[in-house]
Amino acid sequence: MTFLTGWARTAPTPATVARPRTTAGLAALVAGAPARGLVARGLGRSYGDAAQNAGGLVVDCTALTSWSLDVGTGVGTGVGTDVGAVTAGAGVSMHELMTALVPRGWFVPVSPGTRQVTVGGAIAADVHGKNHRRDSSFGAHLRSLTLVTADGATRVLRPGDPLFWATVGGMGLTGVIAEATFACLPVETSRMRVDIERTRDLDETLEVMAATGDRYSVAWIDLMARGRSVLTRGDHATRDDLPGIADPLAFAPVTRLTAPPWAPNGLLNPLTVRAFNEAWYRRARPAHGLIQGLGPFFHPLDSIKGWNRLYGSRGFVQYQFVVPDGAEETLRRIVDRLSADGVPSFLGVLKRLGPGTPGPLSFPMPGWTLALDVPAGRRGLAGLLRMFDGWVAEAGGRVYLAKDSRLPGGMMAAMYPRLGEWRAVRAEADPDNVFRSDLARRLDL
Amino acid sequence: MKNALGSVDTVLVFGGLSEIGLAIVRRLVRGGARRVVLAVRGGEAPVIDGAEVHVVGFDAARPETHGAVVDEAVRLVGDLDVVISAFGVLGTQREYDADPVAAAESIAVNLGGHVSAGLFAARRLREQGHGTLVMLSSVAGVRVRRANFVYGAGKAGLDGFAQGLGDSLHGTGARVLVVRPGFVRGRMTAGMSPAPMSTTPGAVADAVVAGLRSGAELVWVPGGLRVLFTAMRSLPRALWRRLPR
Ligand SMILES: Cc1cc2nc3c(=O)[nH]c(=O)nc-3n(C[C@H](O)[C@H](O)[C@H](O)COP(=O)(O)OP(=O)(O)OC[C@H]3O[C@@H](n4cnc5c(N)ncnc54)[C@H](O)[C@@H]3O)c2cc1C
Ligand SMILES: NC(=O)c1ccc[n+]([C@@H]2O[C@H](COP(=O)([O-])OP(=O)(O)OC[C@H]3O[C@@H](n4cnc5c(N)ncnc54)[C@H](OP(=O)(O)O)[C@@H]3O)[C@@H](O)[C@H]2O)c1
Repeated sequence: MTFLTGWARTAPTPATVARPRTTAGLAALVAGAPARGLVARGLGRSYGDAAQNAGGLVVDCTALTSWSLDVGTGVGTGVGTDVGAVTAGAGVSMHELMTALVPRGWFVPVSPGTRQVTVGGAIAADVHGKNHRRDSSFGAHLRSLTLVTADGATRVLRPGDPLFWATVGGMGLTGVIAEATFACLPVETSRMRVDIERTRDLDETLEVMAATGDRYSVAWIDLMARGRSVLTRGDHATRDDLPGIADPLAFAPVTRLTAPPWAPNGLLNPLTVRAFNEAWYRRARPAHGLIQGLGPFFHPLDSIKGWNRLYGSRGFVQYQFVVPDGAEETLRRIVDRLSADGVPSFLGVLKRLGPGTPGPLSFPMPGWTLALDVPAGRRGLAGLLRMFDGWVAEAGGRVYLAKDSRLPGGMMAAMYPRLGEWRAVRAEADPDNVFRSDLARRLDL
Repeated sequence: MKNALGSVDTVLVFGGLSEIGLAIVRRLVRGGARRVVLAVRGGEAPVIDGAEVHVVGFDAARPETHGAVVDEAVRLVGDLDVVISAFGVLGTQREYDADPVAAAESIAVNLGGHVSAGLFAARRLREQGHGTLVMLSSVAGVRVRRANFVYGAGKAGLDGFAQGLGDSLHGTGARVLVVRPGFVRGRMTAGMSPAPMSTTPGAVADAVVAGLRSGAELVWVPGGLRVLFTAMRSLPRALWRRLPR
């Protein structure tokens, strides 16, 4: 038995961990599932208990790492003249993909805020990136996926199949993804052309973001100071943007710092977090047409290895919600309340979301999403977040399951109105609940 | 499942009408628990706002039935996040002196019942890989007093059992929380004059809920009793036996 937690290091539970190297090996594990069932795990970058299964089996998919790139000429695809598609094992990470694809002139269609997630995890959470408003989530770019289902069979699913969409955003509860094929984005360089600006408060942030037409945009928002933000937006730099650079597609991301292995509880408190946020805000120099590497633009946190340990042994909670367009008032209320209460939250991340996928449990919807981190030991946190849950649900929004570790189960139906539809597909594919996780138990999925 | 902030979903109470047990349940429900199983020997089930409440029959003196009670609770609510072993009988030393059989029967409940219910519950928690068993011990068992040594002996046995069980579960994800209240002003002690540092069922419940959240293995209620009893334990026997109560 191994004790597992998610990225936020709360609520550890023990499980037997198996790491298959082939799809056949994976299918054998599913066919012989123990009484407490099993769930897949990627790189454990979901924050809560999604990839844990107390007393049961956890299938670590990180050894399913074969992949290939297939480039053709697509007509009328809207992406450009070249179309690239990657077929990758579920355990391939975004980091590995980018390292291999970028020098060949391709980029992943959607990149979350860290490269350390697997293809399987990206599908199971239907992840979104800074380009969601324009390009939707990972599932929208998927052409097919190979799923090992409860009966031990290996099935190839395509969009149109209800089980396909129940799997996209399905948090590993419909089966284990072995492999997937998805479209890629052609890029001319490995750099970004970026605009950086600072805003005074939330209203200004929303105004600027609503007006932007850039492919990528994100605001790092200071929740201890009424939502003043550092806004970055941009697109992939073209070759013309980089005159005189010999190797425009070179890509070699680096980890600069490693967080200490141990930090005292309370290191991140209102004082230290306020000081950090202040420094971040001051340091950001407004710029136009700045050329940046992919890493600093997409994954600034990846340059500090193990930053999650800074929260100490009690860990932390990330609260990420979306409210639909038109419900900006709810966002304002939450930001005001966090500011007024002095909740020590590191820079929140605010993004605009666009069209969702047909996945019934997929998180994104057209609107605004805010993600914030708070130390788990904070007094009154449970009640505060429960109050926010109510406001979010009332506004027609929802909380992101890949980040969740504390949502009351009773909120699921209000936040995910298509839960019943998802349950029906799942019940047919997995009548005995072979696929189970701590998250599924906690939320009665 | 216990969540990142320490809230739980399901609770089973052995001795489901116990004043202390119900005070704990009400607090857990306020904190988010949704499904409760009260294992009782009879009587009217209370309404608990915000939770689904199930009642199952339970007699602490019949250990051969305790496994079925745990199974039934699991069937009703799924994984057990918190199991509270809250039953007990006080009795008086005078009664026990007059009726040794009644004394032995009280031990069968106060110790034997907790042993079987505790072991059956622990087996389930171990399989689940999570969950906490709360065992209501008492300061009466920390150092047994002449004034109630039959009750004290039961609690002393229970306390040792609970600690050993907790140690045996180490590394399984399941845990035991041993609770040592002092004199609790409530139904069990009605009509008795309170001992110094007495407390209330609500205060005991608050301490238990805090202990569950922090993952504690032992709580004293009130907390000051820990210091007091460290001193009491080293009191010479000749003095100890002369204590009036
Ligand atoms: C710093 C940071 C920034 C992030 N930024 C973003 C962001 O911008 N946008 C966003 O959407 N998310 C973001 N995330 C969340 C992350 O993208 C998701 O939680 C993702 O699912 C993690 O992938 P993983 O491989 O680590 O999966 P895990 O965390 O191991 O598992 C997550 C879920 O996927 C399931 N799963 C994993 N592999 C498989 C498989 N092979 N078959 C079936 N199910 C599987 C698991 O059962 C579990 O339910 C961020 C996380 C971090 C730590
Ligand atoms: N009160 C105190 O001062 C004090 C101090 C320290 C420790 N404790 C311990 O804390 C626990 C809870 O006490 P409390 O104050 O809540 O007392 P309580 O209200 O009297 O609860 C005791 C419960 O045990 C039940 N019970 C007794 N014998 C049983 C049997 N054979 N089978 C099934 N149930 C049985 C009783 O059921 P009925 O309702 O059917 O009678 C009652 O509900 C007990 O273990 C007690 O020893 C109490």
